Amino acid sequence: MRKCSLEKINLLFAEIAKNAELYLPTQQTDGSAAYKKWEEGSVWSNALNTVRSPKDFFFPQTENLMKFKTEGKSIEVVDTRNALDDFVIFGVRACDVKSFDVLDRVFLTEPVDSFYALRRSHGVIISLACQRPSETCFCKTFGIDPAAPAGDISAWKTETEIFFEANTQKGKELLEKLSALTEECDDTVVSEQKEKINKFMDKLPLKNVTTDGFGGGKTKELFDLPEWDELSQACLGCGTCTFVCPTCQCYDIKDFNTGNSVIRFRCWDSCMYSDFTKMAHGNNRLSQKERFRQRFMHKLVYYPENNDGMFSCVGCGRCLAKCPISMNIVKVMKKIGGK
Amino acid sequence: MNSINETLIPKIGVITDVRIDTPDIKTFRVVTPDGKKAFDHKPGQCAMLSVPGVGEAMFSITSSPTNEEFMEFSIKKCGCVTDWLHQAEPGQQITIRGPYGKPFPVDDVFAGKDLLFIAGGVGLAPLRSVINYCRHYRDRYGKIDIVYGSRSKDDLLDYKEIIEEWSTDDGVNVHLTIDNPQEGWDGHVGFVPNYVKELGFDTNKVAVLCGPPIMIKFTLDGLCGIGFDKTNVYTTLELRMKCGVGKCGRCNVGAKYVCKDGPVFRCDELEELPSEY
Amino acid sequence: MQKITREQLLAKASELLSNGTVSCVLGWGLGEFDYDVTPTIFKSVEELENGFVFNDFCGANFSKYLVNKTAKLEGKILVFLKPCDTYSFNQLLTEHRFDREKVYAVGIPCEGMADIAKVKAISGDGIAAIGSNGDKLTVTTLYDDEAIVIDTNEVLAERCINCKSKKHVAYDELMGEEGDVTQSNRFDEVARLEAMTPDERFAFWQNELSRCIRCNACRDACPACTCEKCVFDNPSSGVENKSPANSFEEKLFHIIRAYHVAGRCTDCGECSRVCPQNIPLHLLNRKFIKDMNEFYGEYQAGAEVGSRAPLVSYTTEDLEPGEVFNRGENNA
Repeated sequence: MRKCSLEKINLLFAEIAKNAELYLPTQQTDGSAAYKKWEEGSVWSNALNTVRSPKDFFFPQTENLMKFKTEGKSIEVVDTRNALDDFVIFGVRACDVKSFDVLDRVFLTEPVDSFYALRRSHGVIISLACQRPSETCFCKTFGIDPAAPAGDISAWKTETEIFFEANTQKGKELLEKLSALTEECDDTVVSEQKEKINKFMDKLPLKNVTTDGFGGGKTKELFDLPEWDELSQACLGCGTCTFVCPTCQCYDIKDFNTGNSVIRFRCWDSCMYSDFTKMAHGNNRLSQKERFRQRFMHKLVYYPENNDGMFSCVGCGRCLAKCPISMNIVKVMKKIGGK
Repeated sequence: MNSINETLIPKIGVITDVRIDTPDIKTFRVVTPDGKKAFDHKPGQCAMLSVPGVGEAMFSITSSPTNEEFMEFSIKKCGCVTDWLHQAEPGQQITIRGPYGKPFPVDDVFAGKDLLFIAGGVGLAPLRSVINYCRHYRDRYGKIDIVYGSRSKDDLLDYKEIIEEWSTDDGVNVHLTIDNPQEGWDGHVGFVPNYVKELGFDTNKVAVLCGPPIMIKFTLDGLCGIGFDKTNVYTTLELRMKCGVGKCGRCNVGAKYVCKDGPVFRCDELEELPSEY
Repeated sequence: MQKITREQLLAKASELLSNGTVSCVLGWGLGEFDYDVTPTIFKSVEELENGFVFNDFCGANFSKYLVNKTAKLEGKILVFLKPCDTYSFNQLLTEHRFDREKVYAVGIPCEGMADIAKVKAISGDGIAAIGSNGDKLTVTTLYDDEAIVIDTNEVLAERCINCKSKKHVAYDELMGEEGDVTQSNRFDEVARLEAMTPDERFAFWQNELSRCIRCNACRDACPACTCEKCVFDNPSSGVENKSPANSFEEKLFHIIRAYHVAGRCTDCGECSRVCPQNIPLHLLNRKFIKDMNEFYGEYQAGAEVGSRAPLVSYTTEDLEPGEVFNRGENNA
């Protein structure tokens, strides 16, 4: 384990940024946090987490897939991708690190999504333990320990220092490059912090949220429950929950005519949207209740069924904080769990 | 950039022939620019066709895998992409990627069995691939019955092929029907589910259904009514798709993705899914 | 602290349900925390007693829900309307979006609603409980031994700081005392933006709108956005999009939406309330309202049912289009 005084944190950031683009949560004008590229003068946000999850780094909201040049009846497909350099994401919370595993199981299973795979292979993740979880946090429900976040390097911050532990080869290599700014230390302080965080975890209001009653094979049992009516009755059908969610990965593929070529891009989509399943001749989910149900069934039943029981939720609490009508996965789990 | 299994990046396809099948269905013959088949497929599989700037959509490959020269797609005009395709002329390039989905189990489950194909309207398109595959390897299968219906005689897809080729094969029985009486039609009149009941097949065979949801529902009920077991009945689904490889989430029904776990389903498997298809 | 209490509202709702005046109640439902409330339909007194809440976080405007909730309704629905909600209510009636006969509207007074983001900016994350006492909120956190006392005025939602009216413009029954149309400073921020140079103003909106994630919450919550099929959801409109194809497109979405609701927007502020990225979207609408007031005379959408908005009615006093052009030119 190595440590660095917080007084030197900007030197450390500068050192990382010498070799790779560095992204970290910075404060936006409205006070919330967002991942931004570090540059001299960037201020690391104190917020617990960013409004947008770091899934953008691997699965951006919009990304070009290819370009078409058309002439008469002919079409040429142009690969628009550029080579990608390594980049470092700093300050990723344990829940969000786990979300990458959830996304990996979608994008890295055969056939591999090469766009995602390329970004993923170039990303180095420095995670950060949570000192002060929010009341909306329930990562423990999914077996995540906010005091021991995964990632290439794990970090713990105190009032005065920051501690690092490399977990992967990539992490070791990066930490070695920072050896002039860090010093070797034992894990006393970190152990104390872990203990403290775990005590806080026991005080969280959502500590008892359980996945009991969910998981693969529960489709028949849960699909037709009358509770879906009540749970979905106020849903506006917006995409807020989907777009702030670190594990939602549905996407659309669309064409954009620039005038002299056509760019085919993909962008985030939401199963909450009315046209998500709309075809030229029909729509298999006509009501908001059906669309609402799809989102939660997917996270709590369908995804685990296809992924060895892993849920497609990491308890980050973003949807709890951001849903315009305060309906969220916790309310769904409490209402229909164990039925 | 090295391409590693680029599932979303398509190949170029050239439309070499456009056949007008019915007032709203055309069949497009597609090859690569160097005149070859874009890829090999199995009966029941699909391909993503696109027109840059208009969109991309999933279509079943209607030609048989045994056709080594080209692929065919029978496409009904009903949306942006299909509207555009219906205006296309030979020589037009489009894009193509695939093959996608699970095929019909023609080489194991179907082998040695009597087969009953039931289709309505453009629903014959995905079945034509299987029918022609089974006709090609005729000795591997038992008796083949084909029940096909459409709104009118003019709406019967592949009519020429049905009359000139399928009907003349040994051991292949074709039963055509149209919804309403029509001048110049002396065949059966009535809806497909009722016709199937009237024909009263023995249940010791594999049935394959494709058509509008309402036809599938009533035909399946009818087949079960005369003693068919759902494990011997197959159908193929159609939902909105974007990626074709089980990632974009659009065709997700229950824990299945129609693009990769389907589009071919056995009817007892369908019963395990929520009724959202 | 609201002048009217949960108990009073509960009693009223229970009475109207029990005596058959209404068949259900559209009210605020209990959440996981003291601040997250969900619009909820209550069908029985028991459901009300278990789940009905009213506190300083009941900001949601129920008017738009009436479009869907009355469509297949047997009997009447009771809806609680704060003064600002009544303007949306009237505007929707003007646009024939729901059947007035199916609604029993109870006007309730409002002292302004709190913004949880502002509370958290003071208390920090990890809220255990929020109590209300006079004009103070008492916030208990998971991390501080002593409760944090916050002056309610410090954490009022922006739209409530600039409340335009404490007067209800529609109801079947009024609870508490009727207020007045207030002299708000709601156009001050617009004036500040108008005073900017075009470059400064562009930079302001560039920064604000750069946070947009195109979740459509602003549109979906907006009582003026009740089109059956929004152009932005319609593939054949040519502008349908799920996310920005380029950074300029996002701005167009919000600007076009502001144009679409111009003259019909009552300035209820739901767009900014629901925005997960805290974009001050209401300022776009207020700019239109301010301009219309100046060009065509004072007009408040929703003040009365059936009024004709300035943009769809002509008077000889209307500003000549040329002057609008000149004004724009001077500003450019």
